[in-house]
Amino acid sequence: MKRVGALALRRLAQSVPVLLIILVGLFLLLQLAPGDTVDALLAQMGGGDAAVAARLRQDYGLDVSVPVQLGRYLVRLLSFDLGMSAIYGKPVASVIFERLSVTALFMSCALAFAFSAGLVLGVVAARRVNGWPDTLISTLGLVFYAIPSFWLGLMLIVLFSVKLAWLPPGGFESIGEGLTGLAHVLDVARHLVLPILSLSLIFLAIYLRLMRASMLEVMTLDFVRTARAKGLSEGHVLRRHVLRNALLPMVTFVGLQFSTMLGGSVVVESVFSLPGLGRLAFESVVQRDLNTLLGIVLVSAVLVIVVNFIVDLLYAKLDPRIVAR
Amino acid sequence: MTVHHAGPGAPLLALRTLSVRLPKGADREFALRDVSLQVAAGEIVCVVGESGSGKSLTAMAILGLLPGRVTLAGGAIELEGEDLAALPPARLRGIRGARIGMVFQEPMTALNPLMPVGRQVEEMLEEHTDQPRPQRLARVLELLAEVGIPDPVAAARAFPHELSGGQRQRAMIAMALALEPRLLIADEPTTALDVTTQARILALVKDIQRRRGTGVLFITHDFGVVAEIADRVVVMQHGQVVETGPAQQVLHAPQHAYTQALIAAVPPLAPPTRPAAPPGPPVLAVQGLRKTYRSGGVLARKRVVEAVRGVDFTLHQGETLGIVGESGSGKSTVARMLVRLLAADAGSIHLQGEDLLALNNSDFRARTARIQMVFQDPFASLNPRRRVGEIIAQGLRVHGTPRAEAEARVAEMLALVGLDPGAIRRFPHEFSGGQRQRIGLARALAMQPSVLVADEPVSALDVSVQAQVLRLLAEAKQRMALSLVFITHDLRVAAQVCDRILVMQRGLVVEAGATATLFAAPRHPYTQALLASVPGRGWEPGAGATPPARAE
Repeated sequence: MKRVGALALRRLAQSVPVLLIILVGLFLLLQLAPGDTVDALLAQMGGGDAAVAARLRQDYGLDVSVPVQLGRYLVRLLSFDLGMSAIYGKPVASVIFERLSVTALFMSCALAFAFSAGLVLGVVAARRVNGWPDTLISTLGLVFYAIPSFWLGLMLIVLFSVKLAWLPPGGFESIGEGLTGLAHVLDVARHLVLPILSLSLIFLAIYLRLMRASMLEVMTLDFVRTARAKGLSEGHVLRRHVLRNALLPMVTFVGLQFSTMLGGSVVVESVFSLPGLGRLAFESVVQRDLNTLLGIVLVSAVLVIVVNFIVDLLYAKLDPRIVAR
Repeated sequence: MTVHHAGPGAPLLALRTLSVRLPKGADREFALRDVSLQVAAGEIVCVVGESGSGKSLTAMAILGLLPGRVTLAGGAIELEGEDLAALPPARLRGIRGARIGMVFQEPMTALNPLMPVGRQVEEMLEEHTDQPRPQRLARVLELLAEVGIPDPVAAARAFPHELSGGQRQRAMIAMALALEPRLLIADEPTTALDVTTQARILALVKDIQRRRGTGVLFITHDFGVVAEIADRVVVMQHGQVVETGPAQQVLHAPQHAYTQALIAAVPPLAPPTRPAAPPGPPVLAVQGLRKTYRSGGVLARKRVVEAVRGVDFTLHQGETLGIVGESGSGKSTVARMLVRLLAADAGSIHLQGEDLLALNNSDFRARTARIQMVFQDPFASLNPRRRVGEIIAQGLRVHGTPRAEAEARVAEMLALVGLDPGAIRRFPHEFSGGQRQRIGLARALAMQPSVLVADEPVSALDVSVQAQVLRLLAEAKQRMALSLVFITHDLRVAAQVCDRILVMQRGLVVEAGATATLFAAPRHPYTQALLASVPGRGWEPGAGATPPARAE
């Protein structure tokens, strides 16, 4: 696919300046916040004198001017060195890497669930527009949309963990049981059910409404009338002609919404004490761990760019008119 | 599938007192009322009518594809003796496509944009036959070749947007013919096409009818097209058939008053004789006008389209200058550059001696009153959130006319275009297409321009409304000493309205001359092709009826 290949190259080239702007912007923004890593460290240690603070600042490279700090950071970045985390005392890269797999698994499950359930419900609602399935689904969608994810998370814990004791209230896996193989997979799955539900329901509601509207719009288009005039059965008309066209706006939206979802995971990971990237970000803000925070932002930005890149390619694959027009 | 053989001479399709009911709360109870018509094998029957006459709905009723809540309310739809109205939906689906082929108006939107063209044709065979895949694919190529697509293999693989409008409509026809239906229904199949393409598609439809003996129900609003291909004509108005008869009879001796009025409104192709008045002084002189569209940025693929490649003309005082050409000829680009809606790349536009292109934006804005434009689409060109009075007065107000004076002018303009003074308080959506185009005209004329640029001002209107708007334009021109640049793709309209005509093709003026001379003896091959493609050019409408509008 030459067309898609050209698009891929162009998108990759565009993402470099985006990354740079995000990094520089955030670096400068964090300088505006009062206090730095050393202040946070000293507070944890229960205070210290000015000489200790100065020595620590020298150790962490915080004694030079802001532009020099930024320059050093960017230069190190070229060799994929994200620096040391002041709080964890380990390289930022390894701190993030430990947490990344949890978030990646969590996010992809939530996204897949929201997308597929939203799609199916949207199609059902559109097929029976204004009938009782549509009313039921649309009402449910509105309810899901209106519930904040942290509150939903807490309520799910109260119901399924505390009252019914069916599912664990938090964490990523059972600690100290040394489960392996299928048992381990099931264990992780049981831990993830509630977080995935609380993060994805709001997105499910958005996707379902979008899919419903998009289906309804496509169903009024001329080529659908053509398909009916060809004598195709209603199922064929929907599957072959309506569905793929209606998916186009959905695909775009997934890319746009991915960053919002990543933001939402910070809250949900905290509620369910999942050791993921979101919670790490929250902790590094509190502890002024600039290096870790920058690393997380970089990784998140790369994730968002990668997802959007994939979405763009998918879109180009789905819609032959892209680029050509 | 059983084919019901009716007796000899029985029609292929017969509608008997067909009625279609609109949902409750619509503006009328019936969309179709006692419609009866017949199509015999090997016959082309044209259903003619203006918008809202129910002609398209008739086609949808035959196919059993009425929109939701619109229902059959009586009558029979007999296809080879079998009443389709009485069939269950599943049986009807087997007949759609297989025994009735359908071609729609807009070939761009009537094909699925995400599916290769060949696949869309193949779907017909897949749905209605048991043929194995290789046989189906071979048949698809055969069909595409039959409708005159030059490279069937490439076309089968192409997506709709990769084909031209004419090619797409051919593919659509190939799809309709896939199962060799006895009946073909074509709903305005050439309306969205350029005139030369239209001529070729009409020839193709005729050819198919002759070769295969297919009966064709051809829906159109264009009497030129009727004259070109119809064997018999059915005229519809407000959901009822008002006249039916052989084409020759209806075209030359229409019986019903509505048919007579419709035919009288069709502009004849022969230009009227004009008094050889000496041309007035030049008001607008255009030289070396150029425009190139470039798309794409630093990282995107660049595309360059030379839309206008050096256009010169002079418009004299009191003259109507026509610019004609097909889509992509650059005629609308020229119009937009004249009023600086588009920035020209090069050239000059002298309005009464002053070069408009040399002015800066604020100086130009001060002069916009002198050159105004009327747009094509009366539905899209008026702001739906503003009252008509505000729309017309806005131009005056921004040029500093006091409120009272502007209001007086608005009333005067509404009277001039024949609208009720109460229109001031109403919104554009409360008016019909023709009325909206009058509002557009009133808005432009309120500025008292010396030059009016009209970009396809009547193309979106029904033929009777078109005649009214043209008459109005002629009157306004007379009263306000206007000079007119009139852009159109319709040579019939151009013949009646324009004193001189420029013919544009691919951004260049290929021929220019006085209308009568140009129509009588076109010199450039493209002008000759355009004239030869006008549908029904052998037919002289309105013989014996009242003469249509003409702009003097």
